[in-house]
Amino acid sequence: MLGSDAILRALELEGVDVAFGIPGGAILPTYDAIARGTSVRHVLARHEQGAGHMAEGYARASGKVGVAIATSGPGATNLVTPIADAWMDSTPLVCITGQVRSSLIGTDAFQEIDATGITMPIVKHSWLVQDVEELPGALRSAFHVARTGRQGPVLVDVAKDVQEASFDFVYPDEVDLPGWKPPRKVHPRQLREAAKAIAVAQRPIVYAGGGVLNADACAELRRLVDSAQLPAVVTLMGKGCLPDSHPLNYGAPGMHGSKFANWALNKADLVIAVGTRFDDRVTGKLSAFAPGARVIHLDIDAAEVGKIREAEIPVVGPLKLALAQLADEVRVLAADGAADTRPWLRQLEEWRERFPFRYDRSDDILKPQAAVEALRDLAARRDDDVIWTTGVGQHQMWAMQYLVCDKPRSFITSGGLGTMGYGIPAAIGAKAARPDATVVCIDGDGCFQMTCQELATAALERLPIVAVVLNNGWLGMVRQWQEMFYDERFSQTHLTNAVPDYAQLAEAYGCAGFTVESEDELEDALAGAFSAGRSAVVDVRCDPEEKCFPMVPAGAAAVDVIEAPGGEAVPA
Amino acid sequence: MSTHTLSVRLENKAGALARVSQLFSRRGYNIHSLAVGPTERSDISRLTLRVDCNEHSLEQIEKQMHKLVNVLRVTELRADESIERELALITVAVSADKRPNLVALSQAAGARVADVGRDAMTFEFVGRPDELEAFEELVRPYGVRELVRTGRVGLRRPSAGGRGPTPFVQV
Repeated sequence: MLGSDAILRALELEGVDVAFGIPGGAILPTYDAIARGTSVRHVLARHEQGAGHMAEGYARASGKVGVAIATSGPGATNLVTPIADAWMDSTPLVCITGQVRSSLIGTDAFQEIDATGITMPIVKHSWLVQDVEELPGALRSAFHVARTGRQGPVLVDVAKDVQEASFDFVYPDEVDLPGWKPPRKVHPRQLREAAKAIAVAQRPIVYAGGGVLNADACAELRRLVDSAQLPAVVTLMGKGCLPDSHPLNYGAPGMHGSKFANWALNKADLVIAVGTRFDDRVTGKLSAFAPGARVIHLDIDAAEVGKIREAEIPVVGPLKLALAQLADEVRVLAADGAADTRPWLRQLEEWRERFPFRYDRSDDILKPQAAVEALRDLAARRDDDVIWTTGVGQHQMWAMQYLVCDKPRSFITSGGLGTMGYGIPAAIGAKAARPDATVVCIDGDGCFQMTCQELATAALERLPIVAVVLNNGWLGMVRQWQEMFYDERFSQTHLTNAVPDYAQLAEAYGCAGFTVESEDELEDALAGAFSAGRSAVVDVRCDPEEKCFPMVPAGAAAVDVIEAPGGEAVPA
Repeated sequence: MSTHTLSVRLENKAGALARVSQLFSRRGYNIHSLAVGPTERSDISRLTLRVDCNEHSLEQIEKQMHKLVNVLRVTELRADESIERELALITVAVSADKRPNLVALSQAAGARVADVGRDAMTFEFVGRPDELEAFEELVRPYGVRELVRTGRVGLRRPSAGGRGPTPFVQV
């Protein structure tokens, strides 16, 4: 068998049904193997960054490992952003890149770049394969490392002559990785300590993140929340891990989270952090974050526990197991009587009623939040599953605030890296993973223009998505910071909504295009886009001056939140 | 802030050392010295690292290093429980007339003459890092032309008892 065929056989044996990529010189033999036949569907992207984000979207929608394929040099460097994105958000990703021939490595050959070197800080591990006999082991290990422990990206860089070499292919049953031993068990004593702390807490709050989704531990989280009547806040990355409509879900905390979620953390006496990493966009000023709380921190990654915030009770291990066992322990202790949390729950409920997300509707101009609310209501009326993706910026925060996600893996966004342009390719990848679902990308006009060439991929690969562009003609979040913190010096943020014409651009890419200029046009356009039978772009021309509130300025304490004009101040 | 010695067992594979050193620069930790070489097993190398950091950072370094696929074990070598040695080569400017004096001095300090030139000589010194520093001070007045140190290497003392080196525990 040739090395190139071995790559495809490995993908098949790993259960990969779709891979995303673009051919080029150093990966040509592998694309020739694709032509020879494989059960893996190859989706041809228009830019390797698009391929990488598609693989991420595929992984996040399906829970499986995403695969992106690219050539050497610029193919590999174009994958760097998705790899970094997957690294920050713990998305399992196997990137396969071609490399120049072994004899040319190190000579600055055409399209030669040190792909393993460039990506070293942003992969869990990488392999440069220069001997075809090492290829099956490298691929087997790559998938194993990507999906075990804290998930994340890996890179397999395969020299062109290795792809062309002939050998006896045997796919190893076991991986030979003596240094890779992610935790498989949870310390029972730590769990008991955690359960005891929960039993005596008067103001407990669960703080759940994306790790719950990655660990496929949503049902276990819900069992814990239900059995102990624990209120919860759920981060941007965790959205969907506990149903948004669950009465104990208080939504997202952080810079643009709700005031009630932030105060819940601020006034808690016990924070039960689950699969989350105390990101600065959540904590704000660290010394003022949950100042009166003890912390239980459950995570698969020991290095996250105690990294930012000291954890009085660290629980390291797989969350599915940890949460199930913790729920059991809590139930046993609760039988002996637990602290009365009813006043705390009443308090949270009062805050939720008093401080909802709010914006002022206008007759003259379409508010972007109104578009998100219309999308939310439209999705609620549908029978099929809706999967949302977003870019990064104001539209992303409004999506977080207003969308209702009751199912895991229904909200796919770039959290840690904050990659503008993530939304469209991620949506295409999600559609490839879940063809039965309606996939909607809520995008900004700035984000859209970074990766909109992938609409060609969506059209030609028959992976229909709906892209709703909240088009305010600006790099809106940057504009917001310039208005609030840079004395309204709007430096280089005005994109205008004169160019491009998004509806025409959509048509040029074989997609349906819609333009919405007022709120009463919204419903028809969205309905048209959802039923277009092909990909659709809805250009929603909205208020360029609308800002995203509430907002905790970077580095400020959650209690120093800035509310939308007319909003109620902080409670005493 | 204090200086800690970490002993790292590492798979002897291409790029493994780069991954460790990259992690230090990436996370903003300062490596004081780093010595790497073969061990009793041909497939395993041992790194001895000296780092300046506080206890919190030390814990982070150990945990982050443990996530590297090529890292097998990370152990802190505590000064009272380990043997630490370092080798230095020191070239000292010395005129012929002062040579006997310097040779006598170096012999008393336990150094060996490695090479003698017309106006300079090179000493090799193997010993505890504090002895090495004392020797360096001793010859400094003569004029040190060039100096190279290996960085310290260390092992836990068998006489320290207990169950041997306690690896940082990944629960």
